[in-house]
Amino acid sequence: MFRLRTIEVIVGLFMVVGFIALFILSFKVSGLTHYVSSKGYTIYAEFDNSGSLKVRAPVTMSGVRIGEVTGIQLDNKTFKARVTMKIEPSQNDIPADSSANIFTEGLLGSNYISLTPGFDEPPQVLKDGSVVQETHSAIILEKLIGQFMFNINKGEKK
Amino acid sequence: MIPVKINHLSFSRNSHVVFNDVNISIDPGKVTAIMGPSGTGKTTLLRLIGAQLRPDAGQILVGDQDIHRLSQKELYLARRKMGMLFQNAALFTNLSVFENVAFPLREHTQLSESMIRRIVLMKLQAVGLRGARDLMPSELSGGMSRRVALARAIALDPQLIMYDEPFTGQDPISMAVLVKLIKDLNTILGITSVIVSHDVPETSSISDYIYLISDGKVAGKGSPAEVSVDSSPEVKQFMHGLPDGVVPFHYPAKDYREDILS
Amino acid sequence: MMKIMNRLERLGSSGLTICGNFGRCGIFLLRTLFRKPRFKKSFPLLIDALYFVGVFSLIIIVLSGLFIGMVVGLQGYNTLNKFGALAQLGQLIALSVVRELGPVVTALLFAGRAGSALTAEIGLMKTTEQLSSMEMMGVDPLWRVISPRFWAGFISMPVLSCIFSAVAIYGGYLVGVQWLGIDAGSFWGNMQSSVDFYDDVMQGIIKSFVFGFVVTWIAVFQGFDTVPTAEGISRATTRTVVYSSLAILALDFALTSVLIGGW
Repeated sequence: MFRLRTIEVIVGLFMVVGFIALFILSFKVSGLTHYVSSKGYTIYAEFDNSGSLKVRAPVTMSGVRIGEVTGIQLDNKTFKARVTMKIEPSQNDIPADSSANIFTEGLLGSNYISLTPGFDEPPQVLKDGSVVQETHSAIILEKLIGQFMFNINKGEKK
Repeated sequence: MIPVKINHLSFSRNSHVVFNDVNISIDPGKVTAIMGPSGTGKTTLLRLIGAQLRPDAGQILVGDQDIHRLSQKELYLARRKMGMLFQNAALFTNLSVFENVAFPLREHTQLSESMIRRIVLMKLQAVGLRGARDLMPSELSGGMSRRVALARAIALDPQLIMYDEPFTGQDPISMAVLVKLIKDLNTILGITSVIVSHDVPETSSISDYIYLISDGKVAGKGSPAEVSVDSSPEVKQFMHGLPDGVVPFHYPAKDYREDILS
Repeated sequence: MMKIMNRLERLGSSGLTICGNFGRCGIFLLRTLFRKPRFKKSFPLLIDALYFVGVFSLIIIVLSGLFIGMVVGLQGYNTLNKFGALAQLGQLIALSVVRELGPVVTALLFAGRAGSALTAEIGLMKTTEQLSSMEMMGVDPLWRVISPRFWAGFISMPVLSCIFSAVAIYGGYLVGVQWLGIDAGSFWGNMQSSVDFYDDVMQGIIKSFVFGFVVTWIAVFQGFDTVPTAEGISRATTRTVVYSSLAILALDFALTSVLIGGW
C-alpha cells in the first residue's frame, strides 16, 4: 500500500511540474500576461500611417515599456489609423502634450510606439480616454528609398 | 460441476488441419486426460474450450452453453467458472505471489480486504505455499510457480479446471506434488478436470478417462487400463513410448541408399 | 510475362497484408477506446501507467531539453550576430522550440524511451501467456493492460513536451544571457512580443497530443501483436521505434502545413 502511495505522489508531482511548464510557456514566453492584465487606462492616438504596427506591440517612453497597443482601427471620417493603447496604472502623470511616434526596432525589427514627453508647464496629464494630439507616422522604408532614388535621378538629369 | 461436450469439432490453422471431426465428452467431476504426441493441438483444444479460438465447424458445450455463441459479456461470465493452468504458469511478473492469487478476487468480487486476505491464504495453504506469499514470481522455482498459478486458478472456486502440460519439465518431487494436488482438488472439491499432457505414467495414475489424439482425430479412448492394452498401432506406440511405428523414426525423405550415392 | 505476373502477384499480396495490418490496428484502437470506463478500478491503473510511462521519461526529457536549448542558443547567437540582430535571439529560441523542436524531439525521445518499453512489456506479457491467462480469468486484457497504458501515453506526452520546451528555453537563456551576455530584458521582451499563445504555444501542444496518441497507439499495438517468442519481442520493439519515428516526422509536416495553412 505504501508503494502505491509514493507512486501516486510522484505522478502528482509530475503533473504539477507539467502544469508549471505550461504556465511558464504561456506567461513568461508568450507574454499572455499582458493579455490578462487589463488594468490600466486607455489613451488614443491618430496616425496618418500606422505602418506594420501590430496589436500588443509595446508602448515605451524613453525606451522603458509602459504599456501596449490594444487595438488599431481605421477612423471612418478622418481616414486615419486610430490606435488604442493601454498604459500601466503606475504611469499616471504623462504630460498631456506628449507626442507619439511609431518607430522600428533596429533595421529588421517590429514596430512600436514611443511616447515623447512634452514641456507643458502647468502639468496636465493624460487620463483614461485622452487623445494624444501630436503624432508622427511610421517611417516606411520603401517610401524613403523611393524618394532617395527619385532625388538621385533628378540630380543626374541636371 | 459442469460437463463439457465437444461435438464434431473441426479446426484448422493456416490451411493445416488441427482437428477433423473430433468428439469428446468430459464427465462432470471426473479427471479426463487428453493425450497425444507434441504438435497435435492439445493446447489448441484447451483454448477452444476457453473460447480464445473459434472452431471452423462443430460446437463446444460447457455446461449447457454453446461457448462460441455467447456474447462477449456472457463469455466473460462463463469464464469465471473455468480455471486454467498454463504451461509456464503465466504469473503476473509485476505482482507478488499474494497479489497474483488475489487478482481474480479483486477483479470480480467486491470482497473486503480482510476477506480477500483470508481466501488467498486458504488457497495458498492448499498448495503448500502460504509461507511464500511475499515472494515475487521471479524468485520462485518452476514447480512453485505452477503451484501458485494453481492457487490462482482455483481462487474463484471454478467448476471446471484445465491443466495445460502440468508435468512438463518438472523434477520428480515437484511432479509428485502436482499429481497429488490435481488428484486432491478433484476428489475434495469435485472439480471437473481436464489434463492435457504427454507424460503417460503420471497422467494415467490420476485420470478416470483418457482420450488419445493423433493426426487431428481421436485415435483411442477409455479408462487408463483399457487404453494401455489397446491394440491399435497409434495408441500402442504412444502409450508404450516406442521409437518407431505409425509415427516413423525418420522424417520423410527419399531412399537412403539413393540419397547417399547420388 | 510470367515473371511480371509473379511480381504483380507479390505486390498485390503485400498490399493486402499492409491493408489488413492497418485494419487490425484500427479495430484494436476502437476496441481500446470505446469501452465502458470503470473509474474506481481504472484510476489506480492509470496512475501506475503514468508513473511507468511519464515519470520514467522525465529525466531524459529534461536533460535533452536543456542541451537542445543551449545548442539553439549558441547557433542562433552566431548567426544573428552577423546581422546585428542579437535582440531577436529570445524570439528565435522560443519559436523554434515551442513550435517545432519541443513536440518533435520530445515525441522522438518518448518513442525511444516509453514506446519501446511499453512494447517490450506488453510483448513479454503476451509471450509468457499473462494476457491469455487474464482472458481466461474473465478479465479483458484490453481493459486491464492496454487501455491505461494508452491513456497514460496520451496524457503524459503533452506534459513532457511542455516541460521540454520550458527547460529548453531556460537552456537558451543560460547560454544567451548568462554566458554570452545578451540583455535579459530584450531577450524576454522580444520573446514575449513575438510568441503568441494561441498560434505558437497551442500549436505545439496540439502537435504533442497528436504525437502522443500515435506513438502510444503504435507501441501498444506492436506489443499486443507480438509474435510470442523472444525474437518476436525484439522485432516488435524495433518496429515501434522505427514506425513511430517515421510517423512523427511525416505527421509533423502534415500538421504544420495544416496549422500554418489554416485549412
